[in-house]
Amino acid sequence: MHVVVCVKQVPDTTQVRVDPVTNTLIREGIPTVVNPFDYYALECALSIKARFGATVTLISMGPPDAVKSLKKCLAYGADRAVLLTDRAFAGSDTWATSYALSAAVRRLSQDEPVDIVICGKQTIDGDTAQTGPGIARHLGWQQVTYSTGVEHVDPDARTITAERKLERGKEIVRTTLPVVVTVVEDAPEIRYASLPGIITSLRYTPETWSVQQVDVELANLGLKGSPTKVKRIFAPPQRSGGEVVSVEKAGLVDAVKSAVDVLHTQGVL
Amino acid sequence: MPKTTDDSIKDFRGVWVYVEHADGKATGVSWELLTPGRHMADALGVELGVMIVGDSGSRLATEAFAYGADIAYIIDGPVFSHYRTEPHMRAVVHLINKYQPEIFLLGATVTGRDLASAIAIEVDTGLTADCTQLGVDVEKRLFEMTRPAFGGNIMATILCEQHRPQMATVRPRVMPMPARQPGRLGRIVREELELKEADIATKILKFFPTESEGVNIAEADIIVTAGRGVGSAENLRMIEELAQATGGVVGASRAVVDLGWISYAHQVGQTGKTVRPRLYIAVGVSGAIQHLVGMQNADTIIAINNDPEAPIFSVASVGIVGDLFEVVPELTRQIKAAREQAAANV
Ligand SMILES: Cc1cc2nc3c(=O)[nH]c(=O)nc-3n(C[C@H](O)[C@H](O)[C@H](O)COP(=O)(O)OP(=O)(O)OC[C@H]3O[C@@H](n4cnc5c(N)ncnc54)[C@H](O)[C@@H]3O)c2cc1C
Repeated sequence: MHVVVCVKQVPDTTQVRVDPVTNTLIREGIPTVVNPFDYYALECALSIKARFGATVTLISMGPPDAVKSLKKCLAYGADRAVLLTDRAFAGSDTWATSYALSAAVRRLSQDEPVDIVICGKQTIDGDTAQTGPGIARHLGWQQVTYSTGVEHVDPDARTITAERKLERGKEIVRTTLPVVVTVVEDAPEIRYASLPGIITSLRYTPETWSVQQVDVELANLGLKGSPTKVKRIFAPPQRSGGEVVSVEKAGLVDAVKSAVDVLHTQGVL
Repeated sequence: MPKTTDDSIKDFRGVWVYVEHADGKATGVSWELLTPGRHMADALGVELGVMIVGDSGSRLATEAFAYGADIAYIIDGPVFSHYRTEPHMRAVVHLINKYQPEIFLLGATVTGRDLASAIAIEVDTGLTADCTQLGVDVEKRLFEMTRPAFGGNIMATILCEQHRPQMATVRPRVMPMPARQPGRLGRIVREELELKEADIATKILKFFPTESEGVNIAEADIIVTAGRGVGSAENLRMIEELAQATGGVVGASRAVVDLGWISYAHQVGQTGKTVRPRLYIAVGVSGAIQHLVGMQNADTIIAINNDPEAPIFSVASVGIVGDLFEVVPELTRQIKAAREQAAANV
């Protein structure tokens, strides 16, 4: 069995800001991290490997620097890592990103047919939750989104059983391989990296693929291959703060009373 | 699937909303979307349609008309009784290809996001996730979709110029509910789709409904939220008392959930629920951006914090700078008194 995990290197979003003058992203000096949800995807893959036996391959699309994130993830016990990196991919929206990743999965399938692709439920920079399902559609595979874990894989019957988390509860679904699974943060946390795993990852050099290594139409990649375009970005509108009263200055009873008065005038009480 | 060309784009007309439903009830966001939907349909001079997959009667359609829809497209059949990506995607794709709407909205729920992502690739168009503001450029017939990105630190306005429909998912409780006009009429269009259970790969083996602890903060009118400043799980009593006095429910910041003081169902924010209550009282909450994105649409916000610099004050209608252990009991007392007085006056 062959399981592919999609990993994205993302900026630490708590530190991203918009330059109020130019309305562009301030990117300088912002540290990058492995998208936190991708660790749950990785753990899901490693647990499939441990229980049912599988080769685990990591793929990432991003700048050359994303090798760092792949090496970090390798330490937990993945077998192979590939970075898709090319100027042609830059500026891709979720349509074009999932197209490129699906091409990488096809390419990996030439070495060993891929049965399961696992993604984090979403990234913390884009927040869309669209890339996993996008890969499934581009490949024409089944999809199981918002999963808390894969309970069973039956390689003979070619089926997978997984739990999904919905607003109304949980459901257990069974579907056929090949499949794309996206994993939520209620799934098991990533295991500890073993010492041999860390040493292997330090010595390992992830493969890097350009558009040359995958079968893609250039017109479907990057900004020009993306149906959606960012028209403008801006700092979030600040809701203007109202009155602030201090207990120290106004005294407890009066400070609280000014809040209750507002509730009265606004008809909340 | 051929890419939509400039010419074929012109054939797409109408604004559609997907009605997500379970157990005969539509999700709130389905009706909320009829508010911007109506607005845009009027601006563009087109009809507002809803799409209902898997409802045998016309009860949901009647509801949709009361909330402002003009047409209901219905596809029904036994394979649609529980949501599954494949049959629902096929139904929606069939309707889109046949009736060609120019704008298509879905709720940014688990089901809405699962379905929208699949449809967008299948009909070869763009999709913007989790929008919080929607607008339309009437002259160019372009849908302007604005959403938070990078965890709410930036807002981006997205266009989908060359492909149709222009698709977006929209967060629940961001758009106001439309006024209900009982008796308002509309047209029903029923479509058939040949789809047999044997052709569908995915089977739902079991469903476990969430054990309702009686909280549904996403629908609550009044929320009193505890932040880390509350100090301990025991101190949540004080927050519950204030919530009781106001007739509201208890919410929590992620810090409080992570500390295990209360369950995740109570969490407000980017990775919790987006809420839009009439009154939001934040107690000992600093006001991190990931918290603010989940609650800043509340009508009235009261913040209690002993740090005058806390960012929560920048969104508060009224801020009280002080020790929450003093302020909360006093606020509870005054609200109780005000309520009793109001009751006595009736
Ligand atoms: C990807 C990501 C997603 C996130 N999603 C969410 C989310 O969905 N929801 C969420 O809430 N957070 C979320 N966070 C976390 C967020 O960044 C903050 O860490 C969190 O909101 C802080 O919670 P808090 O305000 O309760 O705690 P703190 O930031 O520790 O604030 C405690 C406040 O209490 C005040 N205080 C202390 N003692 C008293 C007293 N005696 N009287 C009055 N005031 C007092 C302090 O002045 C302080 O302002 C997310 C973070 C990341 C990175």
